[in-house]
Amino acid sequence: MSHDKSVLLEIKNLRIEGYSDEKWVDIIKGVDLTLHRGEVMGLIGESGAGKSTIGAGAMGYARDGTRISEGSSIEFDGMELTTATESEKRALRGSRIAYVAQSAAASFNPAHKIIDQHTEAPLQYRLQKRMEAQEDAMDLYKRLRLPNPTEIGFRYPHQVSGGQLQRAMTAMAMSCRPDLIIFDEPTTALDVTTQIEVLAAIRDIVEQFNTAALYITHDLAVVAQMADTIKVLLKGEEVEEASTKEMLDNPKEDYTKSLWAVRSFESPQRHRPKDATPLISLQHVDASYSSGPKILDDVSFDIYEGMTVAVVGESGSGKSTAARVITGLLPPSKGEVLFRGTPFTHDYRNRSKDELRQCQMIYQSADTSLNPKVRISEIIGRPAQFYSGLKGTALKARVDELLDLIELEPSQFYNRYPSELSGGQKQRIGIARALAAEPAFIICDEVTSALDQLVAEGILRLLDRLQNELNLAYMFITHDLATVRSIADEVVVMQQGKVVEQGPKDDMFTPPHHPYTDLLLSSVPEMDPDWLTTLLEERGIENLGDAAAANMSK
Amino acid sequence: MGDILKLVGQRLGLGLVILLVISIIIFFMVELLPGDIAQAVLGQGATEENLTALRKEMGLDKPAPVRYLQWLSGAVFLDFGNSIVTGEQVSSVIGQRFMNTLFLAAYAAVISVPVAISLGILVALLRNSIFDRVANVLTLTSISSPEFFLGYILILYFAVKWNMFPAIASLSKDMSFGELLNRTFLPALTLVLVVVAHMMRMTRAAIINLLASPYIEMARLKGVPPLKVIVRHALPNAWAPIINVVALNLAYLITGVVLVEVVFVYPGIGQVLVDAVSKRDFPVVQACCLIFAATFILLNLAADVGAILTNPRLRHPK
Amino acid sequence: MSVFVIAYYSLLLIGSSLAAYFNKRSIFILLFSLTMVSFVLGIIGGSGALVMVATFAGLLALAGMVSYSFREALIMMAGPELAKELRTAPLTAAFGMFVIFTYAITGIFAPWIAPYGEAEVISNAFEPANADMLLGADQLGRDMFSRLVYGTRNSVGLALTATVLAFVLGAGAGMLAATKGGWFDQFMGRFADVIMSIPSLIFALLMLSIFGSSMPVIIVAVAIIYAPRVFRLTRAVAGNVVVMDYIEAAKLRGEGTGYLIRREILPNSMAPLVAEFGLEFCFVFLLVAGLSFLGLGIQPPTADWGSMVRENATLISFGDITPLIPAAAIALLTVAVNFVVDWMLFRSSGLKEQ
Repeated sequence: MSHDKSVLLEIKNLRIEGYSDEKWVDIIKGVDLTLHRGEVMGLIGESGAGKSTIGAGAMGYARDGTRISEGSSIEFDGMELTTATESEKRALRGSRIAYVAQSAAASFNPAHKIIDQHTEAPLQYRLQKRMEAQEDAMDLYKRLRLPNPTEIGFRYPHQVSGGQLQRAMTAMAMSCRPDLIIFDEPTTALDVTTQIEVLAAIRDIVEQFNTAALYITHDLAVVAQMADTIKVLLKGEEVEEASTKEMLDNPKEDYTKSLWAVRSFESPQRHRPKDATPLISLQHVDASYSSGPKILDDVSFDIYEGMTVAVVGESGSGKSTAARVITGLLPPSKGEVLFRGTPFTHDYRNRSKDELRQCQMIYQSADTSLNPKVRISEIIGRPAQFYSGLKGTALKARVDELLDLIELEPSQFYNRYPSELSGGQKQRIGIARALAAEPAFIICDEVTSALDQLVAEGILRLLDRLQNELNLAYMFITHDLATVRSIADEVVVMQQGKVVEQGPKDDMFTPPHHPYTDLLLSSVPEMDPDWLTTLLEERGIENLGDAAAANMSK
Repeated sequence: MGDILKLVGQRLGLGLVILLVISIIIFFMVELLPGDIAQAVLGQGATEENLTALRKEMGLDKPAPVRYLQWLSGAVFLDFGNSIVTGEQVSSVIGQRFMNTLFLAAYAAVISVPVAISLGILVALLRNSIFDRVANVLTLTSISSPEFFLGYILILYFAVKWNMFPAIASLSKDMSFGELLNRTFLPALTLVLVVVAHMMRMTRAAIINLLASPYIEMARLKGVPPLKVIVRHALPNAWAPIINVVALNLAYLITGVVLVEVVFVYPGIGQVLVDAVSKRDFPVVQACCLIFAATFILLNLAADVGAILTNPRLRHPK
Repeated sequence: MSVFVIAYYSLLLIGSSLAAYFNKRSIFILLFSLTMVSFVLGIIGGSGALVMVATFAGLLALAGMVSYSFREALIMMAGPELAKELRTAPLTAAFGMFVIFTYAITGIFAPWIAPYGEAEVISNAFEPANADMLLGADQLGRDMFSRLVYGTRNSVGLALTATVLAFVLGAGAGMLAATKGGWFDQFMGRFADVIMSIPSLIFALLMLSIFGSSMPVIIVAVAIIYAPRVFRLTRAVAGNVVVMDYIEAAKLRGEGTGYLIRREILPNSMAPLVAEFGLEFCFVFLLVAGLSFLGLGIQPPTADWGSMVRENATLISFGDITPLIPAAAIALLTVAVNFVVDWMLFRSSGLKEQ
């Protein structure tokens, strides 16, 4: 294979405008980008950084409600895309530049078989006859390690799982052997154990065909595995660009450094008090939604006063359902929840005010957890008023005290609406609302996963401080092992409704593990460019991801 | 395939149950009448003997549930009893007129469905252009106008001022088909104007909704030409919404027909219903209501079944 | 070729050339297609058709100017928040607001505006218009204009009352069903399905035939027919709100249903409900007008637009447009409300995307 390193894509001063509130506003504010043949460039940034818009722009494509401004230049292999006609650009798409979308399930047409969608581009460009194109598709499916490569293409998209669809879409992008593929967050919607297979497959195939790629993601550890160079974006502007190694070892800009900062916070491990009754105790709990299959199967774990228990698992493991059983939203079909040794009323509707106040929740998405039409003062004040009957100045004093506690200036925030706050501030209000009830126990449902690294760390520090001051117990529902490492005292690992392993944090992070815990731990990408390579060498492709999970349940 | 049959079966069963419930509502509502039907027919001044005689004749001496079952079993064989005003069989009054109404609705449907759907798709493709905006204003105006307003405007211009079509849609047996189409052109056109506007708006909304799907963007980014994006990628998924739009509007035609028949003095079932309501001829009212409701339910049912049958996810189960 | 025709085409052509020169694409397309259409119309209908087009365009321009000034006036009077919203209103919406405003004034001050009483016989039947009677007399010799003015109050008032009742019933049940869930939700949903599978006009006729047609019966009948539709929408809108975490938080706090609906769900479903109110009003208004037209609505001598059309319909066959005026009044209000609703729906859907 020739390793021609000439320039493939050159973007100069790219500006893209979006239409909002009857005005055109700049979303991309002059970005330059140079990509050579066979090079993989990672575009990373937070949501709103404009990385996905640049990805579409590299194909000369502006989504509905956006337009590429004059003065921008997008040159693909000597052809200027900003001035090219629609049909000239169309002739490139699919054949020389291909696109892999974030949600494969939504991006495959439900009305056609996968292989028919795969062969559409090669047939369109008359590169192959239908039979040849189908054989080539099967070959690509095999290279991407899809199960049953000769048959899977003849299924409809909804008959295939998410991780497999994502690989099928990568195969489709490869169908015309393009020079450039744009990967738009291809693994964001997948579980970690599934993600790792897709990552390995994508990396492999891009290398095999020496295809250049723009890899768009918000996950640093992922981009470290995939890219040769990394470009960091913030609010439509470039922060810096360097080779992956350089960028990881020696970032220049403060913003980049803040992204790279490995979570430094780690609370010291607490231990169970001897001979104490647990605050919350789940005993052999089964639960299911209206006579469906069991979501929880014989789940037991304890949470002690002043301690943090992290419940980890992938989607469908039942970790959120366990929280719903404790709060009483889903009464268990079997088993018991004990609160300080006495049974907790099953249904929240039958619980007394005092029972209700003991157990509070903080939610993942601050956007849906705060009523947008109500002022901060009422959001925080309502529980205090409801449980403690505070009124007038006493109530105001309590709200001020709570705002102080979450490190927000009372006079500034008292009268605001949630939409006027940043993500981290909203999450703090959520915490204050929980504290206002003066609970003994708080369930934190993925509270940091929607936040940026630094903000998330601030929230974790705050939660830890409050725990020490108020002797709170936390149940931390998360899929992020870094969070577990920094705040948990004990860990419960769940898989398909069962507890597979539990114990103190220090034990959980040192081998030997239960095989599933081991798989979970090993699948989380690390900020080391060689992590995936090393892992593949150590374990072999058959012992990774869903394949490994499937072996386990045999 | 089993799943689909099951779903369709369930839907048909549900339609049957709804029809049954509606027949109960229609029948027992009349029972809510202060006094009873005999009283309502004969008026306050009726003597006790006359009332008793009429009650016996109409079978009112039996309890209501028994009469309901009799009525329902009659209705299944299109026997709705006798009119209390003329004494004629209801089915003979309604029969031919129902066919006339169906003819008018079909006439309007044959014109409006293809026109509305192609126009709807066209404005969806040209969305936010000046044509789209003009079409938006025009269709809004059309659906906002009462049917009789449109009907009289058409009469004023096409019949009175320009003398192109007859204003009164009187029918006779020995008319040629062309003559029939000519006579009923204005009432059909009135219905077409209203229904096309509705259908266009709904088709436009359905298509735009569809074009925003990620798989349509994917097709574009795969270099598929615009026409092929529509034909191959959008259309197979558009059947369900389009069938829905058509069925809903055909159902609408059935109701709209009542007003239009009155405007054009068209001998259809709507006229009969309006007359019967003002004369309080309950057997006729009940029969007409049941027929209208049944047609309405049938069309909605067709829409749902169509949507189930064209859904690729259901056609190719896991 | 009259002077008018020459002036007509030259104006159009100058307009489209200017638009093309200044690169106003949409104006150019509009003017140019109008020119093309005019060629065809001119050949078929002669200069008469062109006069009609010109009159129509003039009226349109007039309506546009009125709407523009009305919007500016509203913006000046409104507070800063509202003014910002109003600035996004297209001319059609401004036109709608202007019409609604005019109707409201006419309805409220009907006795002061109308020169005669609504049932007052002042001349011969079908007397043509003169200085005393702006629109002539109706079939009993009553002043058409006065009846039209009173009709605003009666027809719109009736439809508004019925809509409000339908909304109170439907929205109340919808919120309750969304909050409570369970069998109540199921039952109400099924119940609404059944009512909605009887065509509305037919159902109204059935009820009127049984209970006679009087104002209260019409109002209750229409409310019963439309409440299920309002229920459906409210249930759907509130259904999107109740899945929010803040509702779960409030439920877990132990808040009662009343608080949940009043403080949490209602404020967050207001925008679509207001738009739906406008839409439902249009349906109700058209239904009531249809009933009146069939002679089964508001009973004489009360002035009502639907019955006015019916009573004077014979005039149509003499080429007189009088009976069309009340019908046009109905259409104009419905169009106006629809224009405003269209804008509101666009706003709320636009906000959702962001």
